Amino acid sequence: MTPAPHTHTLANGLRVTLVEDNTTPVVAVNLWYHVGSANERPGRTGFAHLFEHMLFQGSEHVAANEHFELVQRSGGTLNGSTWLERTNYYETVPAHQLALALWLEADRMGRLLPGLTQEKLDTQREVVKNERRWSVDNQPYGTWWEKLPALAFPGEHPFHHSLIGSFEDLDAASLDDVREFFATWYAPDNAVLTIVGDVEPEAALALVETYFGGIPRGRARPALGDLSVPERFEGWRRQVVPDEVMASRLFLAFRSPPFGAVDADVATIVAAVLGNGKGSRLQQQLVRGRQVATSAAAFTFDLSRGRDLLVLDVTARPETSADILEAEVASVVDDFRRTGATPAEVERAIALSTTEFVTSMQSAQSRADRISQYMTYRGNAAELAAWSDRLAAVTTEQVNRWAAAWLGEDNRASLLYVPKATVEDHT
Amino acid sequence: MRAPPRPGPGAPRPYHFPATESHLLANGLRVLVAPLHRLPAATVLLLTPAGGEVEGADAAGLAALTAPALLEGTSQRDTNAQAAAFEQLGGEVFSAVAWTHADCGTTVMSSRLDATLGLLAETVMEPALPSAGVARLRDERQAELLQQQAEPRGLADDLLLASCFDAGDRLSRPLGGDMARVAACTDAMVRDFHRSRYVPRGSVLIVAGDVKADAVVRRAEATFGTWEDRTLPPHEGRSRAALPARVRVLHRPDAPQSELRVGHASVARTHPDFHALAVMNAILGGLFNSRINLNLRERHAYTYGAFSSFDWRRDASIFSASTAVQSEVTGPALREMLHEITRIREAPVAADELSLAVDYLTGVFPLRFETTAAIADALAMRIGFGLEPSYYDTYRERVRAVDAAAVLRVAQEHLHPDRLQVVVVGDAGVVEPALGELSLGAIERVSAGG
Repeated sequence: MTPAPHTHTLANGLRVTLVEDNTTPVVAVNLWYHVGSANERPGRTGFAHLFEHMLFQGSEHVAANEHFELVQRSGGTLNGSTWLERTNYYETVPAHQLALALWLEADRMGRLLPGLTQEKLDTQREVVKNERRWSVDNQPYGTWWEKLPALAFPGEHPFHHSLIGSFEDLDAASLDDVREFFATWYAPDNAVLTIVGDVEPEAALALVETYFGGIPRGRARPALGDLSVPERFEGWRRQVVPDEVMASRLFLAFRSPPFGAVDADVATIVAAVLGNGKGSRLQQQLVRGRQVATSAAAFTFDLSRGRDLLVLDVTARPETSADILEAEVASVVDDFRRTGATPAEVERAIALSTTEFVTSMQSAQSRADRISQYMTYRGNAAELAAWSDRLAAVTTEQVNRWAAAWLGEDNRASLLYVPKATVEDHT
Repeated sequence: MRAPPRPGPGAPRPYHFPATESHLLANGLRVLVAPLHRLPAATVLLLTPAGGEVEGADAAGLAALTAPALLEGTSQRDTNAQAAAFEQLGGEVFSAVAWTHADCGTTVMSSRLDATLGLLAETVMEPALPSAGVARLRDERQAELLQQQAEPRGLADDLLLASCFDAGDRLSRPLGGDMARVAACTDAMVRDFHRSRYVPRGSVLIVAGDVKADAVVRRAEATFGTWEDRTLPPHEGRSRAALPARVRVLHRPDAPQSELRVGHASVARTHPDFHALAVMNAILGGLFNSRINLNLRERHAYTYGAFSSFDWRRDASIFSASTAVQSEVTGPALREMLHEITRIREAPVAADELSLAVDYLTGVFPLRFETTAAIADALAMRIGFGLEPSYYDTYRERVRAVDAAAVLRVAQEHLHPDRLQVVVVGDAGVVEPALGELSLGAIERVSAGG
């Protein structure tokens, strides 16, 4: 493995992690702001994501879309994304272009507002509406991204509402909202910067100080709404969604420990036993064995506060009814709960998860993103390095205790997509 | 606070595509090793000359059915034991098909390479290809095609394929085959295809990662050395006649968006204009700041994204431009797309557009090869298309040699606005009048799967 991370905090509160890796002459710059859709005000759903678009529309010294142009011209790739609890921005560039990437990120963190216009906001609002049509409204099962959190979290909970937002709320967003959101959340003391690649850490830190050091701290940030929820769903919440689809699909969610908790590592292995790889139970039993499904997967949302969600995503064969799909998935889960996994299954799950982890660390950007995740949610980059050791230490007994405790009918929320043509049978 | 000035770039650091060592086994199997001592991982990939392009149009989907059938068990273990054996080693095995080749492989910690090569040899040389497993894979492909009838993007992609080539041409159908032809693929056909196309001569075992070449070759000899040598006829390329322009609409009542595709058949991947076409496409629709995306997304806000690309094939590629727009602006969005395709043929691109594309394509090169899997895939692409071994070593200087005159020339020679196939998946009631106003010719309404 490459050298351990160096972590520093600038006087303005920006936390910086640097990892030197000289194997390829590239460097990844990765910036997480600790703000996501959970921080939105009522009536302004979708705002954190709309704002992410605005961050590519220029700042004091950068014209609209020039950020994209300068990074691509330098031979780099870039993007940003918004999630429930964070927004990230990232560039991977040839190593000699590090200063440019840092300068671009610093100009928009320190000096976004001079570049802002109503026209840019209006354009990006329409772009985001098209993004919603493309990824949600005109996409089979596309609404699951908003229906599952809405089902899993109570009405006023910060995770309940739509991440991409409604057309109504997007239309309501004003230039003043953009200014206020920026001033509130886009400050160095609410951000984490990670640099991974062919850099000398001291020299890179000096560049960070040059470009970010003069940006003032943010003001007091409003507290999030109440994130606490009961440990379990306390029942089986079901929602049936008629959709323009040819086959049923079930999303079955369990409340699980938040990201970073010891038991979250066990949950990762539980998910892998159930739905990661051809050797997983859902794929063996439902896709190849009983042949009622065409695909099956399991994953966690990686929510760091309150409770996370462990989600099974299983698509039926066209001829399998929604009822049978739900019963079959439930039987796999119930069987696991009752009889537990074998040591060989747990070994398989650990080996697969470990290889996935190590191979993802090959990419400077995905390594930087995981470091930013640990810094933002856990305040600790070293925890990431120990993660594969922690996975390897998960025992069959822990897995089976976890499954027995958390996979029960008292802890389920399911979203069952059914073809519209057959909806009469399900209402 | 005064802002620090915009920095200039530092000095570029040298980058070389990983060196490979090549060894030919007695039975004709080539072993290609790229030693990369970065992390203790290795990707192994066995490439066989069993891609979709070797099928007749009547057997469309047979190659795509055969590749995953390798994972339905072997002479020594059933499908679950086979998957478990790989995953116990930490590797998720895949077996997939491209137009030029099929490949089967996995990524594991390099300490587990020897055991992995043994399993891979068993998987490729002695698959059980059981009737029940093949039948299930065929059912899954048919389910996928059925599902796609509710999936506008996939429908639009397949309709463009069908529009760019004659109906009797294998290339007019998806790599995975269509409903009728997949239904006709039997397990006996799969076994025949495996027997005839999965042969050592013409196949390549690629290993990229934390390994020593001589140790890999020794292990390859031990595991693949007994594979019986047989020779395949060489690939014979053929060119395709140009088709006239057509407009096709697939009606989806009340669709919130129209999926748009415009394109036509284009030149082979090995065409000498490849690098100039790559630069031309980057400027036209390949980059975020390309003409098409800036026009449709940033200027007009018609879309979340609009781009153009070449889907490269050995004999005949497809040039296309794609986007999804709100139904009401289908006409104007299509007009802007056609305008950009025409405009790039009319005048040389500006110096800053050219330098953006060239600098991006040459600079991004090292970023594309960070992982063992990416390097193995890059080698597979090179071998599959029959590109010269120095392809990656000379790529950047060839791109840098492209000038504005070359971009104009290839745009004029290889983009054909008068032959564009226009495909719209959307609400016909809304889009057909708009298409009529553009005077692109007769509008043909087609149905899903037809």
